[in-house]
Amino acid sequence: MQRFWMVIFLLVSFTFGCQSSGETDQVEQAEKKPKPLYVSYEKFDDIAPLFNKNNDTTYVINFWATWCKPCVEELPYFEDLYAAYSDKKVKIILVSLDFPNQIESKFIPFLEERQLGPDIALLLDGDANTWIDRVNPEWGGAIPVTLVYKNEASTFHSTQFASFDELEEIVKEIL
Amino acid sequence: MKKVLVLCSAVVVALAFMAASSIHSVSEGVDVGDIAPDFNLMNVDGEMISLSDYKAEEGHEAVKGFIITFTCNTCPYAIMYEDRLIELHNKMAPMGWPVVAIQPNDPSVKPGDSMDKMKERATEKGFPFVYLMDEGQKVYPKFGAERTPHVFLLDTDRKVHYIGAIDDSARDPESVTRNYVVDAISAIEKGNTPDPVSTKAIGCSIKTKK
Repeated sequence: MQRFWMVIFLLVSFTFGCQSSGETDQVEQAEKKPKPLYVSYEKFDDIAPLFNKNNDTTYVINFWATWCKPCVEELPYFEDLYAAYSDKKVKIILVSLDFPNQIESKFIPFLEERQLGPDIALLLDGDANTWIDRVNPEWGGAIPVTLVYKNEASTFHSTQFASFDELEEIVKEIL
Repeated sequence: MKKVLVLCSAVVVALAFMAASSIHSVSEGVDVGDIAPDFNLMNVDGEMISLSDYKAEEGHEAVKGFIITFTCNTCPYAIMYEDRLIELHNKMAPMGWPVVAIQPNDPSVKPGDSMDKMKERATEKGFPFVYLMDEGQKVYPKFGAERTPHVFLLDTDRKVHYIGAIDDSARDPESVTRNYVVDAISAIEKGNTPDPVSTKAIGCSIKTKK
């Protein structure tokens, strides 16, 4: 009998231990402080928790870069989405794949000029073969792509959005 | 009884193959192990090029296969790989594995990828490989190319042995730890299967009319 209680005790402490040691998330931490221009991630592992959230928020994650023309063309739709859904549980994160040697010369000036509403992440992990499938196995590697998900429900959009309506429609389906 | 069992399993295997091949015929493009289509496309020097009549350069070994690379003038990732593509051809073509570069973008969408601009770029950089225009964008969908740059490694029977990136560090040639294409060729030459047979990489989408 003593052993039984011992097991229960271990189970309970293990469960609570796991909860309290939940992974830190820079994107969410960033919310509480004044918003930084961008948050950079050296390795995909550092940003990976963003793709596995289990809560009632809809995550809209777009992969883009300042060097990618169709990506820059569709940015206004994400700006509009940010404005239109500010009172909803929708979190928009624009994950940039800008080159490490163009951060100062291109990426930061672009962000300063545009003053985008959504959170900006900068993913510097150059070994894309190791992480493309972790975003979505359907993704071949071309950008832009957009992942919209809430818990288990998700849509992966692998082309440029033609309009704000097209983007909003996908978000509405998941919301 | 044993004969019946053997027959049954043969039928099951055959059915499974049929099912697999019918699924495959639905998806566009080629997979590793498939036979890729040949093509007849114009090179920057005006000559029409097909794989079936591709001639090895003088002093090079007879052609053993092709490093088909969908690439373009305008994509920053493609540009980052230009020097490495030249190096790859200069290293592998003498051994029978030339680079065959194909430009898949629609020049009416990307004027920087017109035949004239391709000629300019090829001259500027001194491309030692053929640089072909996918006129009418008919070839890249048959291969299933999704981005620039995107490599398909074929033998002379056009059997696909490897699909993916040139190496594991697009942004920084200094940090390359794996040369996927070179490694795949040396595996094939030893009679082995490349490992990995496919990789993914970031790149630019292929530009088509909306």
